[in-house]
Amino acid sequence: MDVAIALLVGAFMTLGIFLMLSRSVIRMLLGLALLGNGINLLIFVSGRLSREAPPIVPPGAYVPEGAIANPLPQALILTAIVIGFAMFAYLLILGMRAYQSLDADHTDTMRLAEPEDGPRPPLSY
Amino acid sequence: MIDFIIEHAVVWPVAVPITAAALAAMFWLRQDIQRLVSMVGLVLMLGASLLLLVTVMQDGVQARQFGSWAAPFGISFAADLLSAAMVMITGVLAVAVGVFGLADIRKREEHSGFHPLFLGMLTSVNGAFLTGDIFNLYVWFEIMLITAMGLLVLGKTRAQLDGTLKYAVLNLFSTLLFLLAVAILYGATGSLNMADLSRILATTEPSAALTLSAALFLAGFGIKAGYFPLFFWLPASYHTASITISAIFAGLLTKVGVYACFRVFTLMFEIEGSGLREAMVVIAAGTMLFGVFGAAVQWDVRRILSFHIVSQIGYMLLGLAIATPLAIAGAVFYIVHHIIVKANLFLVAGAIYRATGTYDLRKSGGLMRTNPLLAALFLIPAISLAGLPPLSGFWAKFLVIDASFQGGENWLAAVALFVGVLTLYSMSKIWIEAFWKAPPGVRQTARPVPVLMLLPIAALGAITVTIGLSPEPFIQYAQAAAETLVNPEAYIVAVLGESAGPGVEIAFDPATASPIIIEESVQ
Repeated sequence: MDVAIALLVGAFMTLGIFLMLSRSVIRMLLGLALLGNGINLLIFVSGRLSREAPPIVPPGAYVPEGAIANPLPQALILTAIVIGFAMFAYLLILGMRAYQSLDADHTDTMRLAEPEDGPRPPLSY
Repeated sequence: MIDFIIEHAVVWPVAVPITAAALAAMFWLRQDIQRLVSMVGLVLMLGASLLLLVTVMQDGVQARQFGSWAAPFGISFAADLLSAAMVMITGVLAVAVGVFGLADIRKREEHSGFHPLFLGMLTSVNGAFLTGDIFNLYVWFEIMLITAMGLLVLGKTRAQLDGTLKYAVLNLFSTLLFLLAVAILYGATGSLNMADLSRILATTEPSAALTLSAALFLAGFGIKAGYFPLFFWLPASYHTASITISAIFAGLLTKVGVYACFRVFTLMFEIEGSGLREAMVVIAAGTMLFGVFGAAVQWDVRRILSFHIVSQIGYMLLGLAIATPLAIAGAVFYIVHHIIVKANLFLVAGAIYRATGTYDLRKSGGLMRTNPLLAALFLIPAISLAGLPPLSGFWAKFLVIDASFQGGENWLAAVALFVGVLTLYSMSKIWIEAFWKAPPGVRQTARPVPVLMLLPIAALGAITVTIGLSPEPFIQYAQAAAETLVNPEAYIVAVLGESAGPGVEIAFDPATASPIIIEESVQ
């Protein structure tokens, strides 16, 4: 099971990085989302996988009996998913606005902040 | 009541701005109320930072556990001398930039939510400085990122959209790397509390997972802080924002990355012997050199200053790379000095724009004649940044370079000195072009600069002069802060308290598939 999930994490990250290397903004953003989900899965695995051992504390006790599933990674992933979703939504809107007003979905043509025909190094001194 | 406030000193620098941000957001349509809430919030935050600083200086490391969860299980907040200093300087800078913003921020930027975003960003910066939990640090980083993205694109210009997209994608990538590092670290150690991790990692055998995690931390924080091969997003985006926002970004945001690096690589990972030091030395030298070279070819004041942020970050990393108490003290001093000076230079750039109507140095000029006060106020941070005595930058550079000589890294000291000369070149370029030379074109008169702009510039300049003329208490503070960073026992005991010893035991068996076992050890 661990091996299968590890391979899945690898697949997510490979795809994510491949898409992020693209010069097209929308592919870049999809790549970021995939990479984020790969990392979420990795957090899940790093809490160790186990079956049929819910982390429930019996009444009257302070600690559960025997080995239990680790509940913490799920809380961490939930946080990361929520943040990742908000970021992705914001970035999509940003990408759309950039596409509308810069008329560009290609990073090579997005040179407004750093104009290419800028002045050469000062030679006057 | 007073006791309650003092007891929870570590919480207020986060609680105050987040309350103010929520209040400001509630009055979305009333800009006058927002402005009032914002100013009151900033002043209260400054008071809270001062309270924290005094408490930490008197009683040592302050720590609080949220929700009454005992230390390694819940989220801890902890403030040692370094955190307290960073929060203090954030408070000072926030008030100064907030006052400057009253004169600079346009109506439509306020309509787009400047005040809530600004306060929210300060919340996240203070949260990052104070948290004692590595996953919580990730959450503060994300809050910082999303508020920063909002602030960057506030003017909705085309250049801002372009700059923000690059900023957002690269910084989101950096936080993802950080999260990856946290995931691997959690898998290897089973803890997220930084003090607990420090205890665990001290007795853990080095492994590939830990090395990978450390490298990912360095890369993730490196993008945030603007280290050498990863800094290109910074000069591509910072200059597009409105100058008030650029100033607070320049002062604080990259320094949060630097702070996180200091925290992780002093408390948790050893720099010595893991190959990290060699990498850091090269990165530090590259950061200093390439930043200053980048600045040399620019004509836009804001872009010159942006590249100089990168170059100055190199000096701080230099202190961490050498890792002697003296070097870390120098770096702490450098961070405090740099935050004040760099933000001040951006504020001066805003005043230059107000006076001449342009950020382009070739088109401006003559300010020394028309606005001698601004010229004098520019010289203080400019000379301090270049590191000339008797201002704060001289002592900061002196400490760091002295430490690198003593640490046996003579060539690094040489690079640092050479970069200092080139910094002076950039500063004199701004001086000659904007202040000294006769203005080109017909417009001979400069517009007046409002008092609300000059006041924060003068106040920050006064702090720079104070640090410069009496550096002794600041250096002593930095040395004490470095001492607690190098020997983090006080921090660990303050956070973990009783549970640092026997009591609740966390057994973690990576060999079997069994997860964390929590058991009460024998009393």
